[in-house]
Amino acid sequence: MSLLSTKGLSKNYAGLQAVNSVDFDLPEGQIRALIGPNGAGKTTFVGMLSGRIESSQGQVYFDGTDITGMPAHRRMGLGMAYTFQITSIFSKLSVHENVALAARRVIGGNNSQVRLRIKEVLNKVHLVDRADQIAGDLSYGHQRLLEIGMGLAQSPRLFILDEPTQGLAENEIDDFILLIQALSAETTVLLIEHNMDVVMRTANYITVLNFGETLAEGTPNEIRANQEVQAAYLGKN
Amino acid sequence: MEFGPYLFIASLEGAITAAVLALTAVGLSIVFGIMRVVNVAHGEFYMLGAVFAWWITNLIGGHPAVGFVAAVIITPVLVGVLAVIADHLILRKIDYDPERTIVATIGLLYVIQQTTLMTFGPEARPVEAPFNKRIALPWIEYGEQGLALIWPWGLSTTTYKLAVIVAAIFILLMLWLLMTRTRIGLIMRATQLDREMATAHGIPVNKVYALVFGLGAGLAALGAVLIVPIQQAHYLMGADPLLLSFIVVIIGGLGSVVGTIVAALFIGLSDGIISVFFTPTLAKIIATLAVAFVLVFRPQGMFGKPE
Amino acid sequence: MSTAVRSSILHLSVLCLLATLFFILPEYHSGNIARILIMAVYAMGYNLLFGYTGLLSLGHALFFASGMYGLGLSIDHLGLSAAPAMLVGLFSALAISTIIGFLALRTSGVAFMIVTLMFAQAGYLTILLAGKYTRGDEGFVIKQSDRIIAGIDLSQADNRYFAALILFAIVFIFIGILVNTRFGKTLVAIRENSERARMLGYDIQRHKLIAIIISGSLSGVAGAAYALLFGYAGATFSTVQYSIYPLLWVLLGGAGTTIGPLIGTVFMTYLIDISSEYTSAYMLIAGLVLILLTLFAPQGLAGVLRKKFLPWLP
Repeated sequence: MSLLSTKGLSKNYAGLQAVNSVDFDLPEGQIRALIGPNGAGKTTFVGMLSGRIESSQGQVYFDGTDITGMPAHRRMGLGMAYTFQITSIFSKLSVHENVALAARRVIGGNNSQVRLRIKEVLNKVHLVDRADQIAGDLSYGHQRLLEIGMGLAQSPRLFILDEPTQGLAENEIDDFILLIQALSAETTVLLIEHNMDVVMRTANYITVLNFGETLAEGTPNEIRANQEVQAAYLGKN
Repeated sequence: MEFGPYLFIASLEGAITAAVLALTAVGLSIVFGIMRVVNVAHGEFYMLGAVFAWWITNLIGGHPAVGFVAAVIITPVLVGVLAVIADHLILRKIDYDPERTIVATIGLLYVIQQTTLMTFGPEARPVEAPFNKRIALPWIEYGEQGLALIWPWGLSTTTYKLAVIVAAIFILLMLWLLMTRTRIGLIMRATQLDREMATAHGIPVNKVYALVFGLGAGLAALGAVLIVPIQQAHYLMGADPLLLSFIVVIIGGLGSVVGTIVAALFIGLSDGIISVFFTPTLAKIIATLAVAFVLVFRPQGMFGKPE
Repeated sequence: MSTAVRSSILHLSVLCLLATLFFILPEYHSGNIARILIMAVYAMGYNLLFGYTGLLSLGHALFFASGMYGLGLSIDHLGLSAAPAMLVGLFSALAISTIIGFLALRTSGVAFMIVTLMFAQAGYLTILLAGKYTRGDEGFVIKQSDRIIAGIDLSQADNRYFAALILFAIVFIFIGILVNTRFGKTLVAIRENSERARMLGYDIQRHKLIAIIISGSLSGVAGAAYALLFGYAGATFSTVQYSIYPLLWVLLGGAGTTIGPLIGTVFMTYLIDISSEYTSAYMLIAGLVLILLTLFAPQGLAGVLRKKFLPWLP
């Protein structure tokens, strides 16, 4: 049973075909990586999944329901969570309140349960000691972790990570890989990522986009061996 | 007077409103277009134009034309310089943040208006026109001998009123030449397109902004100098031009100079004609609601293309 | 001491202080403070939208006037007594803020400011146009015999003071509680980063609409209470100036703080009162304060206090 799928999903911007009729299937429990050269349409495609961008044609299904015309906040309500490519947190509020805002939407007004969830999440992303700090004062790496924490606090069924390791240092990336690997126990992950090392070490399955179309799909080993994929990447570089 | 000639007069008065409104609104429009800020104190720069014109003509005395010519030259410069100072002391300090600029220019509105009240006083003061010959206007009527030109009683205008229309057209043409044919105009348009790119290409954006803010205020002041022999100077006279300029700029499409001029003609003429049929209050209600609904349902303006 | 306890103590002490002031101050000032308390209710309503939700309206006078005329006209023309007329005032403001909210929320930023300004201006002109009923700029007096609720004559100085204080206390405590609920905290999230809040699954438009309705209704209650306690309704209260005032009070006192609207209203009212004794150009002070606040202290007095000394300030 696939958790998320698209049928003929397309987007054109004033004649430019950014995404062209993509059929996509993501089974429950997988860590799926979405890769492709710059301008391949990854951001647009994910935007249409999360509801930030309106699609021109085609459908998006989540857990069997057609969510194509649904506004973003309702999609989140169905159990999606989304982390931004460019860090987007509540920078003037405390770390605790940032996570609380995510948790409260799911749990409701029950304060003790909210507190419990926050503690659990902050433990996972190693920010317990910094709960009372103002989020904007955190280092960049910690802010990225906080983003992940806000996603986790929603106990999502599908967790969309838009380039989570962008701008991180090598040692921070290693911690991130561990974190993403640990996620597979509790949620389905869609990972948009540039860093091939991260992709190969975390994903069970990979979808490659090029010029707005699906170029290849397969396990990390299959993708690594795929001539077309290599050509697409080499052609770009 | 019969209805036809009456409507003709109303349109002529409307054309004068439109001419002055076009100047004032284009001032607001270039400030919005290039600096991306709304200047709520724009009407007060207009008012200052009228008040300074009164002051200068009184200071100089002699034949009204001498004082008036001096006012036409000095007033816009004086008001422009005040605006540049305001830009330097206030707008630049808040980095042209759109919302904070509105709050600050509301403050500026009160400061200018109330300072004028304290110095100039609450009276309305007239400025004499440099020339003011009455001209009777003809009307075409179908009589016993077929079509004939007649001169109905009361159907007249003055040379000065016609001159206002001509002057406004001339000033707008000059502005158009400035924006399209000169280096400074090119720099302004480059800044409008992309502030970051302009900065990267070594354009002194802060100086351009100060200049544009001064130019916008100067245009409003010039409009007021032209109208003051017809309307008199008063410290509260800035409110209506501000509202009308808002209406024109928004209906014309925010930041589009051509749209602004077309809308000024439309609003100015209809203002003259509508007031024939409606009470001024009802006309104003319709106009304010029109602005609100255009912004709500057609934010690109009546003449702009949807994105 | 926890933040919640500290903040409750603060709120209660402010109310006790205000109750004590009546017995200490001479009569002129107690009349003044009754007026300030009503205006502070207006400012608190405004603050919910501007300070907590981050929506800057330039048209709140429309809501204030809806309450004022809802009460005034229903007493004057329908012969209602004070208590039900108060409800008419509340519901007029509620209905109008719902409509305006629904329309204005299709825009944002500068367009939102201009749309609210224009609707309020249309409201003011409509009051002038309906001069037959509203008596326009001149306004109308509400008779002393109509200003009685539950046998209490609200035209009496002491009754008026405590009626104003009770209304203030209710709204003050209501806001204090509201901003600590899930709803209130979501408003702050929308103010801080609305796109992030949306992608956390919050319905931004619905929250903003509810904020406008609560904010508009509180402003309307203030307008109705003003007409009832001071016996007068006039078109002046629907002018742009009365839309600027709450912005000024909240900016001065501290946007997004519970205590800020009161502080700002007290300071600004006395500043304007004192300066109007010397000059007819008293709005000069308002203009200068607006500019100086924008330039140097956008967080206002309570905001500065919170930043420098009392980080727990609600």
